[in-house]
Amino acid sequence: MESTDAIPQFSKSDAGSGGVGVANMSALAAGPGIQSVRDVAIIVIVAVIVVGGLELLLNLFSVPQYVMPKPSEIAYALVTDFWFILPHLGHTLVELSSGFTIGALVGLILAAVITQFPFAEKIIAPYILMLVTTPMLALVPLLILRFGFGYTPRIIAVALAAGPMVMINAATGFRRVDSGKIALARSYGASTLQIFWKIRAPMALPMIFVGLMVGSIFGLLTAVGAEMVGGGFGLGNRLTSYSSMIQMPQFFAVVLILSILGILIYVLFFLLGKKFASWET
Amino acid sequence: MSDGVKLRVRQASKIYPTASGDLLAIDRCDLDVRAGEIVSIVGPSGSGKTTLLWTMSGLHSLSSGEVQLDGKPITAPSRDIGMVFQDANLLPWRNVQANIAFPFEIMGQQPDKAWIAQLMHRVGLEGFENRMPRELSGGMQQRVALVRALSFKPSVLLMDEPFGALDAFTREEMNHLVEEIYLDTRTTILLITHSIEEAIFLADRVIVMSARPGRIASEHLVPFARPRSMEIMSTKEVFDLTNIIKKEIVGDQKSMAGRPRSTARAAG
Ligand SMILES: Nc1ncnc2c1ncn2[C@@H]1O[C@H](COP(=O)(O)OP(=O)(O)OP(=O)(O)O)[C@@H](O)[C@H]1O
Ligand SMILES: [Mg+2]
Repeated sequence: MESTDAIPQFSKSDAGSGGVGVANMSALAAGPGIQSVRDVAIIVIVAVIVVGGLELLLNLFSVPQYVMPKPSEIAYALVTDFWFILPHLGHTLVELSSGFTIGALVGLILAAVITQFPFAEKIIAPYILMLVTTPMLALVPLLILRFGFGYTPRIIAVALAAGPMVMINAATGFRRVDSGKIALARSYGASTLQIFWKIRAPMALPMIFVGLMVGSIFGLLTAVGAEMVGGGFGLGNRLTSYSSMIQMPQFFAVVLILSILGILIYVLFFLLGKKFASWET
Repeated sequence: MSDGVKLRVRQASKIYPTASGDLLAIDRCDLDVRAGEIVSIVGPSGSGKTTLLWTMSGLHSLSSGEVQLDGKPITAPSRDIGMVFQDANLLPWRNVQANIAFPFEIMGQQPDKAWIAQLMHRVGLEGFENRMPRELSGGMQQRVALVRALSFKPSVLLMDEPFGALDAFTREEMNHLVEEIYLDTRTTILLITHSIEEAIFLADRVIVMSARPGRIASEHLVPFARPRSMEIMSTKEVFDLTNIIKKEIVGDQKSMAGRPRSTARAAG
């Protein structure tokens, strides 16, 4: 137990706060700060001006629909094709949620384990870096060859994209040892496991939420990409098929759905972070 | 325990292995703290005060020598010893109540609600149970830490510069509070501080440590009745004692300046 001999210095710059790596909680905390009715009104007015202005400009210069459809056409396509697009959204969500859950779980467990063994971490680090930096989309053709055209290759791709993102962020969190807090727990006779669950895990929580957010966005990206390659079903497949048929309003309707999905994911983790890791800010 | 000695330190030495060789942090320290006594330790930075305290808490092992609690060697943390750290060291994700419940969770026991309520009342924290640490002032946080340390009724309280980060007024308040609690509970208290005034005000005995290697240099009795008032701080006795201790510490620091960082090995 080498940690026994570390006297915490309790200087204010101790590991307890700050220094959380590339991404940090402030990215989450800097979320929409809507304060009052007036703010809402301004946001709505700006949105109306942007959308209305776009509509007006596209009309004014009579931009052809295959270059850029008008907002009204996109909205119309969204309504008329909604029931047709919906199952594809369902497929994308299935791939995303199962792939993300698997990837996040494995990533969290690996992060927890390797940070307990610094030596193992040194050995594994390069491979993790490779997993993080290699776009998992590159593997999709291979996965399709091996697992066919169903959910399986897509779920694997999503898991491979999300897992490492969750892992590096969570590992950063688990590495934030605050020797003072660990000493506190040890002074009551805490076991290594108790220290993990009651000190390390809560301290890592803000970074874990960052990892989950980044991971799920990467997962969405990969799911859509895999659908574009794999064909058959899913929002990505809709994108390729609508663009090949030059159905641009429908195409943009799908893009709109994807961006709303992305925003919802962001907001979900923002709120979760706010609820469970607000002590950080 | 028949001799009334609560904590006994015998020939305690601690060597830290460092990149530039072994560092002798404390060298053959001897110290007895009687049950129900308040002892302060002062000394220059690096004289091994924290090291000594941590070996007593069972968080550190000694390189040689022994520390005993009630005549039994201390080898691991024990629930007979409560610790108060320099910054309050509260868990920021837990509210006050959950912070105080933390020791019990670790020990797998039910908190003694009545006793904790009494302590909370004593330190003036009633009604703050659901506050988060960041919502509290430094003094209030340290009160929570004090309640947490006393919540499981340890017979010894070890405090490492507990009020160093507080302003002078809050610090004085906390000193009175510690004495009040002491008079209630008669807990044996060992207090490390950088403030000679605080050391004298609270202690029955002030121990001065010297640096490199950390040794126990001298010991001074503070024979004032309790409860003490701040008035004693302006008496001639206290004035003289403060000066003596100050001279010892400053002298030690001066003589240290000429000396290289000791890398001597502990004897034994
Ligand atoms: N974990 C460690 N590894 C190596 N050296 C250490 C370690 N902890 C303390 N030391 C050294 O041991 C000596 C005594 O340190 P210690 O913290 O006990 O002194 P202190 O009297 O509490 O000082 P301060 O008043 O600044 O808190 C110092 O020289 C310090 O640098
Ligand atoms: Mg110290």
